[in-house]
Amino acid sequence: MAVSDLLATSGSRGVIARGLGRSYGDAAQNAGGTVLDMTALDGLAIDPTSGTAVVGAGTSLDSVMRACVPLGWWVPVTPGTRQVTVGGAIGGDIHGKNHHVDGSFAAHVTWLSLALPDGSVRRLAPGDDLFHATTGGMGLTGVILEAELTLTPISTALVNVDTDRHNDLDSLMAAMVEGDDRFRYSVAWVDAGSRGTLGRGVLTRGDHAASTDVPVRQRGLEFAPRERVGVPALVPRSLLSSASITAFNEAWFRRAPERRRGELEHLGTFFHPLDGVRDWNLLYGPRGFVQYQFVVPNSAAYVVQTALERLRAIGATSFLSVLKRFGAQGPGHLSFPMPGWTLALDLPAAVDGLAPLLDSLDALVASEGGRVYLAKDSRMTPAMMEAMYPRLEEFRALRASIDPHTHLNSDLARRLHL
Amino acid sequence: MIDALARPQSVAVFGATSDIAGALIARLNGPQLQRLVIAARPSDARDRLVESLRGGTSAPEVVVLDFDAADHASHEAVVDLAFGTHDVDLAVLAFGVLGSQPEFDDDPDAAVRAAQINYVGSLSVGLRVASRMRRQGHGTLVALSSVAGERARASNFVYGSTKAGLDSFATGLGDALRGSGVSVMVVRPGFVRTSMTQGLDEAPLAVGPDDVAEAIVEGLRRGKETVYVPPTMRFVMSGLRHLPRSVFRRLPI
Repeated sequence: MAVSDLLATSGSRGVIARGLGRSYGDAAQNAGGTVLDMTALDGLAIDPTSGTAVVGAGTSLDSVMRACVPLGWWVPVTPGTRQVTVGGAIGGDIHGKNHHVDGSFAAHVTWLSLALPDGSVRRLAPGDDLFHATTGGMGLTGVILEAELTLTPISTALVNVDTDRHNDLDSLMAAMVEGDDRFRYSVAWVDAGSRGTLGRGVLTRGDHAASTDVPVRQRGLEFAPRERVGVPALVPRSLLSSASITAFNEAWFRRAPERRRGELEHLGTFFHPLDGVRDWNLLYGPRGFVQYQFVVPNSAAYVVQTALERLRAIGATSFLSVLKRFGAQGPGHLSFPMPGWTLALDLPAAVDGLAPLLDSLDALVASEGGRVYLAKDSRMTPAMMEAMYPRLEEFRALRASIDPHTHLNSDLARRLHL
Repeated sequence: MIDALARPQSVAVFGATSDIAGALIARLNGPQLQRLVIAARPSDARDRLVESLRGGTSAPEVVVLDFDAADHASHEAVVDLAFGTHDVDLAVLAFGVLGSQPEFDDDPDAAVRAAQINYVGSLSVGLRVASRMRRQGHGTLVALSSVAGERARASNFVYGSTKAGLDSFATGLGDALRGSGVSVMVVRPGFVRTSMTQGLDEAPLAVGPDDVAEAIVEGLRRGKETVYVPPTMRFVMSGLRHLPRSVFRRLPI
């Protein structure tokens, strides 16, 4: 059955598209309604001379990378995992380590085709209002079918990486402010663990290695990353304790060199460390975890430290905390990135007091003009959504005009009144 | 929707003026709560409850419905209004009467009435709520049962039998709803110090309404299907259930 037919005949609970299910929240869930598994739309055509790729919405970035790296091209924006689809990347307007230079995923989409709620299919390009409602629109404007991406040229499959360890948050953030502009890719891992070491971090920055940076025998363009280890199905609860997370953070910090320049890392190692561990999410055990990612303007950089301190005070130790500076804001109505600091945290859901604490962080982030990332959210309130996303009304109005009978719906949309 | 930290946005409480319901509503009332349906018979207690929910920066929309658990013919309309055009994430069956065995012995009509409320009323509301939740594809129904329903005691076997019916109904309903996105949580408190038990001698392991409310909220967080309050009651009842009848009936309970 064609996607447009499904949309036209959707019941009262509506339809939502789902890719590889890597959003941490309820963006691709639709209680009582229809969820479209888009992974069958996995077409892929690359023009090796112009560096453009026409891809099906259900194609994974992993597939795109395996096809384009040998041709000397790289995906313009990649998150910490390759296991996301192109449709999901557009719907969430995802970002990567290069946001401060290259912007979000949507900035590299030259056109996309969208099945609208009325059953028609339209090709949209930047400048079209519906295009900008769709990029970051969490799948609520229609079902993305296909898109064209502008790829990034590379001459090797390696990244030239500089690593610096910083013993406190101030020095880490100062180094990022001072030096990020010199690197295409920059991200910091932050220790959210024990007292005294809170906020220390490891800053890794780099750019694609040129052929001349690389010894001849490493100059190939192979891209065949493999999973290294799996997580056993039954994880002992002790793994989830604050103490073990602290120990993990300690080991992670010690593992990094204090200062290293020009290390050559493979693309997969640099961009997707988590993909090396299959089912890593199982480490959180049966109660699971919630992701919390916010961005605040540069003027409110203190919120990063405040958030880490408040969470530590209730024993909500983040397993993997990632700090990054964003560049300019894109044109997407509900697009997350804005200039400033973004902190992403993995928090064990079982911690007492986590819910009110995250509510208080929402309020702080909103009062500073920041926002929480919809692709990761699973617990925010509609009031906070309105406070954080100034273009929400515009998005709602457009959604109401193209989808008056709410053929498209998701649990996220119901929860946050999108 | 119920969020990732188990907080519902839309709640309907049937029998909302009970002490346990009041304690539960107080715990659920936070920034997440958007809509609260108070279904109860008109009373001062209901007015006070509604009044206590007004004001505040993030007060939910409060919908007040006249609800009589024994008036089964009215339930279809009440449940329709409770949902309206909204989803209900969490529905609580909090109504019930205790009565006393001597009263039931003297007046079988009172016993029939207790059954009409505790068992038939729960079945009547529970099935209608389940049907609506099945259509919306998500939701949790909480049924307030009692350990008295696990094994009827000579001192209060009519009440015990009404709770046995409710418990059996709710447990089976939960199993029938597997895979629909809807779940049922059966809550089995021991002796709870409430207006319903005022004047009675406290049984061992007695708890307050707030303990029951806390156990329900914690049960939601853990996705439990059965909750004993206090938790040790599970083991007590497991022992009592397996006692030979000749021994059980001699126990001073």
